[in-house]
Amino acid sequence: METTATLRFLDAPASIAAFKHAASEDDIEATASACVDMAPREFAHPTFDIPAINNPVEFLKHQTSVDAKNRIKIQHGTTTLAFKFNHGVIVAVDSRATGGSYIASQTVKKVIEINPYLLGTMAGGAADCSYWERELGRRCRIYELNNKERISVAAASKLLANMVYAYKGMGLSMGTMVTGWDKTGPQLYYVDSDGQRLKADLFSVGSGSTYAYGVLDAGYKPDLTPAEAIDLARRSIFYATYRDAYSGGFVSIYHVKEDGWEFISRTDVNDLYYQYAAEPKPSLAA
Amino acid sequence: MEVLLGITGKDFVLTASDATVARGIVVQKRGEDKSRALNKHNLMLFTGEAGDTTQFAEYIQCNTQLYRMRNGMDLSTKAVASYVRKELATSLRSRNPYTVNLLIGGVDPKTGTPSLYWLDYLSSSVKLNYAAHGYASYFCMSTMDRYWKEGLSLDEAVNLLKKCLEELKVRFIGNLPKFVVKVTDVNGIREIEI
Repeated sequence: METTATLRFLDAPASIAAFKHAASEDDIEATASACVDMAPREFAHPTFDIPAINNPVEFLKHQTSVDAKNRIKIQHGTTTLAFKFNHGVIVAVDSRATGGSYIASQTVKKVIEINPYLLGTMAGGAADCSYWERELGRRCRIYELNNKERISVAAASKLLANMVYAYKGMGLSMGTMVTGWDKTGPQLYYVDSDGQRLKADLFSVGSGSTYAYGVLDAGYKPDLTPAEAIDLARRSIFYATYRDAYSGGFVSIYHVKEDGWEFISRTDVNDLYYQYAAEPKPSLAA
Repeated sequence: MEVLLGITGKDFVLTASDATVARGIVVQKRGEDKSRALNKHNLMLFTGEAGDTTQFAEYIQCNTQLYRMRNGMDLSTKAVASYVRKELATSLRSRNPYTVNLLIGGVDPKTGTPSLYWLDYLSSSVKLNYAAHGYASYFCMSTMDRYWKEGLSLDEAVNLLKKCLEELKVRFIGNLPKFVVKVTDVNGIREIEI
């Protein structure tokens, strides 16, 4: 039997370069032990191939630069938000995908369910977010199998930050919030493709984030009831979709609780427009 | 818009870093600590490119702690500064250099003698009595030139720092409402409210 062709014309990292299929029954055991040896290494390093050329950053310039003829248009506009309060974490997102001025989809799922206790949000490149957060989910599962306990949100977010930091300057585009409930309670982290990782009580990410902050900051306090918090999150995303042309579609809301996340609702912003228009504006009296 | 300040005193170093994390026009966080304790008597403050800053600081922090585990003693402030300068110089000629600016402050654990090093991403390293990074240097260096003297007590140094931060509030367009202020002396590193 021949060794399997990998079609890997790109320079594979050392960790996968050692991988070969068993040529005979005798080799199977050796291959199995090699896999065991490799597990921690695969866990520790990103295994995504990069072009085997002098300057990998230049590799795709003919398709990614602004004036390229056949430019790949990457999904960019978004509004996402998440905040901690006394009853956990609320996550809310819109659902519009745009490529330049074209609305590519109104039904994107921008909350990534990493596992029953971890949620990630998606802003920036849709492919980058879904790929790396899926990879994060895999690594969190491996952690769980190795350590017989769930990974903390701090550690999970740091795994993601370290993974994307390894590709800094190579064109990744993602602004994500990682949230969940661990031994230390509800947790919220912001991680982006610069390698920035922040912990705070409230974040909004995406082109509509300033509009969302405008509503969210004005109405936020830690002792909101779950119903109030969900309403605030929905309104914040709605007003962002109202002002930001690159945000729209549906508002999806999740609530992270002690026993894991719960999907709350998915509402068409058009319905919200008429619902909110019929309501009186709140009093401004001090 | 990031600001780092450092002042040496009689037997301590007083440092301050603004607590704001901003990206573009949006403030993402107020209350971030832009410093890492390298060992008991040495503190490193950092500003610069997002991602690079914490990655570099934690890399240095891990290696200074590894040094202690291997050798049973801590690196001095001068040694840490030399090590960091070498790391930055190596990084500068790599494909992806760290874009970080640093202040390293510390004291000699036996004598309490303070020292403060100013380093930038081009791997300049200067030992100074007082130092500033970012726009703060335009506003605060003259203040510190005017008022700093040898052997400041902690109260005097805090008052000088207040003068600097007050000047930033009055004349600097940036909005920096909160600073993380730390004292490094023979007892270690502690945060203080001013």
